Amino acid sequence: MAIEVRIPTILRTYTGGAKAVEGSGATIAELIGDLDARYGGLRDRLQDEAGLRRFVNVYLNDEDVRFLGGLETPVKDGDTVTVLPAVAGGAG
Amino acid sequence: MLTLHPALRDKIVAHARADHPDEACGVIAGPAGQDRPERFIPMLNAQRSPTFYEFDSMELFRVWREMDDRDEEPAVIYHSHTATEAYPSRTDISYANEPGAHYVLVSTRDPDTAEFRSFRIVDGTVTEEEVRITDDVLGDPSHTPAGPGLE
Repeated sequence: MAIEVRIPTILRTYTGGAKAVEGSGATIAELIGDLDARYGGLRDRLQDEAGLRRFVNVYLNDEDVRFLGGLETPVKDGDTVTVLPAVAGGAG
Repeated sequence: MLTLHPALRDKIVAHARADHPDEACGVIAGPAGQDRPERFIPMLNAQRSPTFYEFDSMELFRVWREMDDRDEEPAVIYHSHTATEAYPSRTDISYANEPGAHYVLVSTRDPDTAEFRSFRIVDGTVTEEEVRITDDVLGDPSHTPAGPGLE
């Protein structure tokens, strides 16, 4: 089973510079766990005790998973998952 | 140092003025690895706030995928402060996740003058850099079409 996971610039230190890696799992949560087993520390950048981190966007194909099932969103062979840190800030 | 065509500087300032008192935000894309901001892409501020900005998550996805397809990078990421100085706040530093980008800040706190400054933000460290406004740049970015943030 192969799910392509596209890694943003800021997290490529965990993947040895790779822009895309492959993983497996039945849900986003399992996929992240699978990646973390090979790229230690990655899970901590993507989720906290409450679920997916607020300022990290995760997309399943062309949809933001927070509008699907969050960490419990099912994934399957051939899917592409994209991670993009939020672009945010402000004076406040 | 940030080298920027005057037309692009003017577009950033005009966007900031148009959205005042909310913070404006956007990107200038350029060919990957060349430090050449060329393609102006104003973005929607999904927070629509005078003190916070956040790119809408689906616009972020579309624009970043488009840059990837075109072999571009976000050369400039800009936003405005509407009542404070054009200097990165603690929040700006926390969420600066593109280490290769020039982070441009504009302040619209004064109706007559716009403060326009540029910074590198890497591993939580802010370094201000010189801004060189010149039309002596490759190509002519003054006629690039507007991006998703403006109709």
